[in-house]
Amino acid sequence: MAKKTHVATTINGEPMEFLCEARQSLLEVLRDNLAMTGSKEGCNNGNCGACTVLLDGQPVDSCLVLAVEAEGAEITTVEGIADDSRLHPIQQCFLEEAALQCGVCTPGFIVTAKALLDRNPTPSEHEIRFQLAGNLCRCTGYDKIIRAVQDAGKRMAAEARGASTTTNGSPARQQQKQAT
Amino acid sequence: MKAFEYAAPRSESEVLELLSGEAGHTEVLAGGTDLVGLMKKMIVTPDRVVSLSRVASLKKIEADSTAVRVGAMVSLDELAENPVSEFYPAIRQAIDEIASLQLRSQGTLGGELCQRPRCWYFRDGHGLLAARGKDVVEGDSRFHAIFGNAGPAKFVCPSRLAPALVALDARLRILGPHSNDETLMPLEAFYRTPKSEREREFLLDPNQFVAQVILPHPEGRLSASYEVRHGAGPEYPLVSAASSILVERGRVVEARVVLGQVAPTPWISREAIDAIVGRPVTPETAEAAGEAAASVATPLRDNEYKVRLAKVAVKRSLLKAAGLETGGF
Repeated sequence: MAKKTHVATTINGEPMEFLCEARQSLLEVLRDNLAMTGSKEGCNNGNCGACTVLLDGQPVDSCLVLAVEAEGAEITTVEGIADDSRLHPIQQCFLEEAALQCGVCTPGFIVTAKALLDRNPTPSEHEIRFQLAGNLCRCTGYDKIIRAVQDAGKRMAAEARGASTTTNGSPARQQQKQAT
Repeated sequence: MKAFEYAAPRSESEVLELLSGEAGHTEVLAGGTDLVGLMKKMIVTPDRVVSLSRVASLKKIEADSTAVRVGAMVSLDELAENPVSEFYPAIRQAIDEIASLQLRSQGTLGGELCQRPRCWYFRDGHGLLAARGKDVVEGDSRFHAIFGNAGPAKFVCPSRLAPALVALDARLRILGPHSNDETLMPLEAFYRTPKSEREREFLLDPNQFVAQVILPHPEGRLSASYEVRHGAGPEYPLVSAASSILVERGRVVEARVVLGQVAPTPWISREAIDAIVGRPVTPETAEAAGEAAASVATPLRDNEYKVRLAKVAVKRSLLKAAGLETGGF
């Protein structure tokens, strides 16, 4: 039995501790040890992006991160993107615009799109295609995904504008804080 | 993945204490985008993995009037977004070509330079020299070397930043084997063409590691990178080139032209440099430099097409450095 390491992290805002082997990827630990199966295993070698999570705010392929390296890190998975029962604008737009078919790539797209839109809420089609090139979808042909991301960016920008006209501490303001 | 011991030292000297002098026993972990995949496929099977992620000194970018020192653990994104990269357009452009947010934020400068070749024979467990080159020559050589391929090594240096960094005269600060050992090595001397499976493709002993990349002040030199890719996507380029030029009174007085993805090392094209020095950069002289670079190519059965791409890459990197290239795909 290989020696296990104790790792303390924060996942989706909650402190989370786990024991893992040094050779386990963060994706394996999320799915198999912590039963958080939102992050998907696609290629398992950093090409498809289905396993994308945010590690200290940066998008990473969790299949290429050793779980032991996550000590002290803040991790956001697709399970942490929605605000309780209210879907994030990216999720809402993916639903409304049918930007998925089989759905295996969707969690990775949503997490990467969040990282992209947090940096640039109004990307051009070219920018979206370029920045999402680390996420592969084998069903949709990408057009609906690109449109959903673009529309989500507009919604997030509109929400941010709406929030900035209300007083601090209002629900809209809090939502905007969580979205950025 | 084979089980291994994981260590996360806090200082450069602690890293050295944990590295073994014997090949294959220990591996240095930076961003993990290459090493973790190699370990999964059991191409590398270390007993111990030494992570650099907790060594604060390796995450700094420091600039003074003569040079910029970039820590090996600075991510590609951090480097591209740092104001110092404005002085080195070739570097920023090379990073901007990497079309994956994930790999840019996870990948590090040191790891990018030390990543192992993409050669499919190597990645499939046949070794770097796969039957002393026979596998490539008789097999599928479409992505292999067109220069420097006379010996058993047919793979290409995979680094997308090395051509730019060699063009810019970057040096590496290499630490080890002992705690006070420090080597400053020009990046162009770091890469080598291995002659046997015992040699790695870079001059790093198993108990040494790259701590910093030192970029001399450009002092008026212009630079650019140009990649030829199969399409807009996450794949590695087919051929790339980086140029750094010093122009005085309308003529190039000093140049470095370096090709990527064409040889087991970044390929400094003496022929292209000789063709452009003493002349102004124009579409004609840039094209002549491309022709000169390609004139010494020795393509394999399936990669004649890369010779043409090499001409184009050299031409466009020179025009782009001089501010004459509009870009395009």
